[in-house]
Amino acid sequence: MEKTFEKISESLFSKLNKDENLIISFSGENSQFIRFNNAAVRQTGLVDDADLGLKFISNGRTCSAGFTISGDFDLDLKRGLDEINRMRKESSEIPEDPFLVMPTDSGSSHEVKGADGLPFEDSVDAILPAVSGVDFVGILANGRMYRGSANNLGQKHWFETESFCLDYSLVTPNHQMVKGCYAGSKWNQDDYERYVKRSREKLVLMDRKPVKVGTGEYKTWFEAAAVADFLGMFSWNGISEASLRQGCSGFGRMRHDDARLSEKFSVIEDFSPGLCPKFNSNGEISPDKISLIENGQLINTLVSSRSAKEYGVDSNYAESGEYMRSPRMEVGKLNQDDVIREIEKGLYLSNIHYLNWSDNAGGRITGLTRYACFWVEGGEIVAPIETMRFDDSFYQFFGNNLLNVEDKLTVVPEVGTYGQRSLGATRCPGILVDSFALTL
Amino acid sequence: MKSDIDIKKLLSAVDLPVEWVGLREVYEAHTPRMIRDGFPVANARSSTHGVMVEVLTDGQFGYYGTPDMTPEGISSAAEKAYRQAKIAARNGLFKFDETARPAFKGQYQSPFTKKRDSLSAGALNELLIEAYNQLKVSEKIVSASSLCQLIETSFRFISSNGSDIEQDFLMLEFDLSATAADGTNQQTRTFGGMRGTCRQMGLEYFDKYEIMANANRIGEQAIELLDADECPSGEMDLVIAPDQMMLQIHESIGHALEVDRILGDERNYAGWSFVKLEDFGKLQYGSELMNITFDPTLESEFASYAFDDGGLEATKEYLIKDGILVRGLGGKESQIRSGLDGVANFRSSGWNRAPIDRMANINLEPGDLAFEELIGEVKSGVYMESNKSWSIDDYRNKFQFGCEYGKIIEDGKLTKTVKNPNYRGISTPFWNNLKGVGNNDTFGIYGTPNCGKGEPNQVIRVGHASPACLFGNVEVFGGV
Repeated sequence: MEKTFEKISESLFSKLNKDENLIISFSGENSQFIRFNNAAVRQTGLVDDADLGLKFISNGRTCSAGFTISGDFDLDLKRGLDEINRMRKESSEIPEDPFLVMPTDSGSSHEVKGADGLPFEDSVDAILPAVSGVDFVGILANGRMYRGSANNLGQKHWFETESFCLDYSLVTPNHQMVKGCYAGSKWNQDDYERYVKRSREKLVLMDRKPVKVGTGEYKTWFEAAAVADFLGMFSWNGISEASLRQGCSGFGRMRHDDARLSEKFSVIEDFSPGLCPKFNSNGEISPDKISLIENGQLINTLVSSRSAKEYGVDSNYAESGEYMRSPRMEVGKLNQDDVIREIEKGLYLSNIHYLNWSDNAGGRITGLTRYACFWVEGGEIVAPIETMRFDDSFYQFFGNNLLNVEDKLTVVPEVGTYGQRSLGATRCPGILVDSFALTL
Repeated sequence: MKSDIDIKKLLSAVDLPVEWVGLREVYEAHTPRMIRDGFPVANARSSTHGVMVEVLTDGQFGYYGTPDMTPEGISSAAEKAYRQAKIAARNGLFKFDETARPAFKGQYQSPFTKKRDSLSAGALNELLIEAYNQLKVSEKIVSASSLCQLIETSFRFISSNGSDIEQDFLMLEFDLSATAADGTNQQTRTFGGMRGTCRQMGLEYFDKYEIMANANRIGEQAIELLDADECPSGEMDLVIAPDQMMLQIHESIGHALEVDRILGDERNYAGWSFVKLEDFGKLQYGSELMNITFDPTLESEFASYAFDDGGLEATKEYLIKDGILVRGLGGKESQIRSGLDGVANFRSSGWNRAPIDRMANINLEPGDLAFEELIGEVKSGVYMESNKSWSIDDYRNKFQFGCEYGKIIEDGKLTKTVKNPNYRGISTPFWNNLKGVGNNDTFGIYGTPNCGKGEPNQVIRVGHASPACLFGNVEVFGGV
């Protein structure tokens, strides 16, 4: 893939006229997808896909293009040249863009991660024996992923990794579920079987008759997977500088009213684990670490180079959508062994589902409980709960109502496969919250 | 774009001892253009092109999505798909035969009168700038945008048992948006978002609709919302405009009736369903006023087509008739697995994903009340337009929606505007409280370009058409 990317990039750069600039991005995968239901294969297949993105800058205008790389160099070059010619013509028609981002050459990078993964032909036999006798449903996404960036000034980045992600649920006969996600780059059969065994052990708790919890406010523990979902909302009308400037960010109260979250709450964009590329689609390299919220105070937003120009602030080389690519929340002091006792009476939520802003300006998020969620009383797990809707503000549950933060980080991988497999992960602890609002 | 690939020659390149083989070639191009705050932020064109090779062996389908459309590439892809299927068949969930891919021949073409290149990039940018100028009615409009996106899709499907289908689509998405802000008091009003205008049509759209008048109205309403009272809280009557009804239908009916969900395929991702196989023909889903159809024949609706991605011919069918659940959203595979009647809804997002049960056009059939009569039925309640927030549980029971714009209804009349109107409920009790259905004059055709589902994940386009509707006893509430 890298050679394909290099060859076509150089050929396209050589066709540019004076005063034309071109930034090329590359995204590809060779993936296996196996879908399971009831511990059997529902659908199985392979996908080879690679797309080239072109950002053409000329005459103070920017145009973009993208197309599929077929693997036939002559055909792919023709596709690229056709797009450049189209963009060259459009650049004479469309309005000038005063905030366009020119390419720079601030150094190149090359990262190819080795792996000892799961061979495609072994996947079914490796996975299914460990889940026999249980209702197992989910997906294996497996194989290599590629990202690249180059520009006509000579800057070039390449990132290549191989990984597997088995994202699954175990289901009891009375429809209660436990979630698991076994992911990595080195497949270890014994480790996988131990992981599934722990999921099966959790499933025993789900056999208890579910209790119906009323609406109201509860002391609530969120496992790291649930916290990662809350942090994910910051990437959608939250931490983006453009979103704040355009009046559609839930962080407005922190920016305009000096609202503070809890001192126990800190979030950093942290690329140091190398779970995803540090370069963005413009080929710009982010700092290793950017402190976003520090002890409850908004320190930095994510700023793309376009926003920097438009709003007169410094860029931290965020992706154009100004979303978090490698977030980490700081740990606290609560040990997992003490969680149930600390809840005393309330909710233990392993996962949450279908979040949305219900009042963006107020920071209010609605969503639902899902999977292994329990009622706790007398410092003990009583039973799973029936599904409940919540609607509460992060200014409360990451603010004054944040009682304690777990002392350990969990890596919650990006499992999304819209268009292509996602890279990266959120690293965060669990949190204990007071007075969390259930509404339906 | 007409493909120059000889797909019949590609099919003949597959030489394997399989029960069935099919090739689905998909080309799709998106051309978005957007003006934000007076300047261009998108003038792009991106395309994707490849073939999904599917084989059936030992009762198991296997697939390989490839952009290599040479005979050698397709032959190699089929061989790899075959090996995947062979291995999986030892642990397959269900043994299919070729009746899961019925043989049909035919063509489909989206209706349009003006082609995509009938307006130049420059002319479209000028139009969008003019719309932006109309949106910016005040300095309190801190951001405004206007955008359009053309989508061209060409689909060809051919199989070893004689399917030969060609479908070409031209679609247009359009939106206007204005955000007014005064400190942390911020309100956004749109033309329905990307769900507001998404249809199968060409650039004739820009001749027919009063875009500039609508842009001005949207800007004015964003300002109006800044000073509006919060929506009241309580249980009350609710009249829902068609541009919100579409999402109510989508979330609390459409997804719940997908048979692959009911069969459990989606439990690890999108979820299950409160509907059970034994509910078909019996469940009182809603009041007798409720008639829901799967209608791929409604001209210009976003997900109209003649055949699904498994090659099954698409026809209009009632899903819910006079409030009773009569049919599910199950394509041929789900029909075979469940023994239920279904519809032609086996769809994929492109050449690199396998089809699954999806919505297409799911519509609420019109009733007989004029809009004024619907409002006239209400002594005390709220009217809501245009979705801005949505959420529902994994069984499709407990939903919550937020809208952009609300009006108080008092003694049968619309009175003052309210901001942050929200409501929540549980699917079947809510639909059984359907008290009034608007007539054809209140009927609106909408859709969504980004319905997500499936593992691996897929986004597809869905159409929803509905009249305005009146519901009783709804829990309504406002912002913080």
